[in-house]
Amino acid sequence: MSIVVKNLSKQFGTFKALDNVSLEVPSGSLLALLGPSGSGKTTLLRIIAGLEHADQGQVEYEKEDVTHQSPKDREVGFVFQHYALFRHMTIFENVAFGMRVRSLPRAEIQDRVHELLRLVRLEGLHKRYPSQLSGGQRQRVALARALAVKPRMLLLDEPFGALDAKVRQELRQWLRQLHDEIHLTTVFVTHDQEEAFEVADRVVVMNLGHIEQSGTPQEVFDHPATPFVMDFLGNVNVFHGRVQDGMAMMGALNIAYPDYPHAESRNATAYVRPHELDIERTPFGTSSLKAKVMQVNPAGSVAKVRVFSEEFGLALNVDLNLERYAELGLKPDDVVYVAARRVRVFMPPAADYSI
Amino acid sequence: MHSIPKNLPTATVVSTSRGRSAQEDPWWVRWTLISLSVLVLSVLVILPVANVFYHAFSNGVVAYWNNLTGDRETLHAIQLTLFVVPIAVVANVIFGVAAAWAITRFRFHGRTILTTMIDLPFAISPVVAGLMFVLLFGAKGYFGPWLQQHNIQILNAWPAIALVTTFVTLPFVARELIPVMEAIGSEEEIAAISLGANGWQMFWRVTIPNIKWGLLYGVILCNARAMGEFGAVYVVCGRVIGKTETMPIRVNTLFEGGTSETYSSSFAVASLLTMLALVTLFIKIALEHKTQADLKEAAKTQQTE
Repeated sequence: MSIVVKNLSKQFGTFKALDNVSLEVPSGSLLALLGPSGSGKTTLLRIIAGLEHADQGQVEYEKEDVTHQSPKDREVGFVFQHYALFRHMTIFENVAFGMRVRSLPRAEIQDRVHELLRLVRLEGLHKRYPSQLSGGQRQRVALARALAVKPRMLLLDEPFGALDAKVRQELRQWLRQLHDEIHLTTVFVTHDQEEAFEVADRVVVMNLGHIEQSGTPQEVFDHPATPFVMDFLGNVNVFHGRVQDGMAMMGALNIAYPDYPHAESRNATAYVRPHELDIERTPFGTSSLKAKVMQVNPAGSVAKVRVFSEEFGLALNVDLNLERYAELGLKPDDVVYVAARRVRVFMPPAADYSI
Repeated sequence: MHSIPKNLPTATVVSTSRGRSAQEDPWWVRWTLISLSVLVLSVLVILPVANVFYHAFSNGVVAYWNNLTGDRETLHAIQLTLFVVPIAVVANVIFGVAAAWAITRFRFHGRTILTTMIDLPFAISPVVAGLMFVLLFGAKGYFGPWLQQHNIQILNAWPAIALVTTFVTLPFVARELIPVMEAIGSEEEIAAISLGANGWQMFWRVTIPNIKWGLLYGVILCNARAMGEFGAVYVVCGRVIGKTETMPIRVNTLFEGGTSETYSSSFAVASLLTMLALVTLFIKIALEHKTQADLKEAAKTQQTE
């Protein structure tokens, strides 16, 4: 069941939640809508579900225009961030709800509820009330409830946002497994890039009501299309400088940049991830930046080092693997040299430049 | 950015002193305030209420029963009250649920004004409320001549009594429901819709079970107020004995009757109204507990989120 979204726009008062958004979700895929709050990702999800109406644009399920259909006719399963379980109903009745309002036969409801509770590993809890379950259990009930109506697709709005880190990790992996078993077209919204990359086949990065980039997690991470994506996908060091003759000059750091072979010098911004920076005790490579170590934090899978270049007034985050860190034996106030293995350069549009 | 210091001081356990806590007042302040409250309550509330029952039953239970049922006019007043009050309560429930729904589920211009308007009947004196309806439906009122032409009797008949009773009790259900519905939120309702429920199914299966205690509480309060309404009814009912008298009006008529017989009858009817108030009070306490539990539950789930 594929989903196609064409030119969706939605305005709340003066706030443009969605600005001419188009998107395709291939059948059977697991897609993440990733973005900061206010980026329009939840609005997009709710419009796909039919819980919200777009001002403009279309939603199609498998070439069928469903823009004006009710959520009931769309047959989607929706999972809410705060579970939205019916508090006065038992777990059994919660899962059965969608089937009850469709007046399915009792025996069928009975069988299906128990089958689903087995699927979400909550057998035996069917007589409990939502308030008697933990957050992770509640969200699994919410998922079972959404799946009970045999939806054509599954839509999840920040499904793990309200859970603590460990449970979130477990549920993520479990969602991925579940998807591999049932192959239901799934779209989930998240602001956590790690979550998106871990779970999804495809990631769509949103910002300010439009799509910044979409692709596989690998594509998006390795080739960020815009400075926003680069910045959003985790820690990044930003350099302001110029490009000219196939070189990017960012302070004392000169890095080959063959994408710009022109003689005319232009303003540019370079982005370097902390793990793409190297530290040595002596100057090295074509150019390296002199800096002073400010902080070292070796707790974790990498050692996080923060250095400061007095010459350029620039603070940088460097991630070193633990062996390298032990080898260098860095301490605060040590003088070191930093060089980048890799940079991504974004130039402002030419129109900006002419000003 | 600061790195986290490696050796955070361990939290020390501060033992609370066993002495008087700061919020606790000295014993004489507490005793004075408690005795004062008890005294005022006794003189102003408990004694008068007990006295009503004393007077009502002063000639024995048989006389009490005869006072209530032996008089056709009194019986009619009880019947009229039992006829009018359900109308007011039903109107209240419909309006209250609709208004609470509109205020808590929609965002629209004038929403706060609507919330304030709901309270207006509480602020207006019942006598004024009655007069407002006289100005509308009276012989010299806006609709009076038209009503007369078409032979429709509103003033000095049960429709006017039902109207004013509804008016003065209008805020009860809405005011009870608004905080409850606000606290519970609309997420469960949206979830019901997403699962394929239509509007009615969502309302009956999700909304009503969630708000039932608050709703019932509002109904009880509304019922008590509707039965006891005097001022507004007094103005519009015309006080035709045996025709347009409700229980409170009947109490007044009997009281002013002058004979010792009407005097004790008056207390008999009054005691009936008082009993109703006491029953309401007990139901209220029970339901208050339930609605508070609902609100707490709603707050709790919101907190854990």
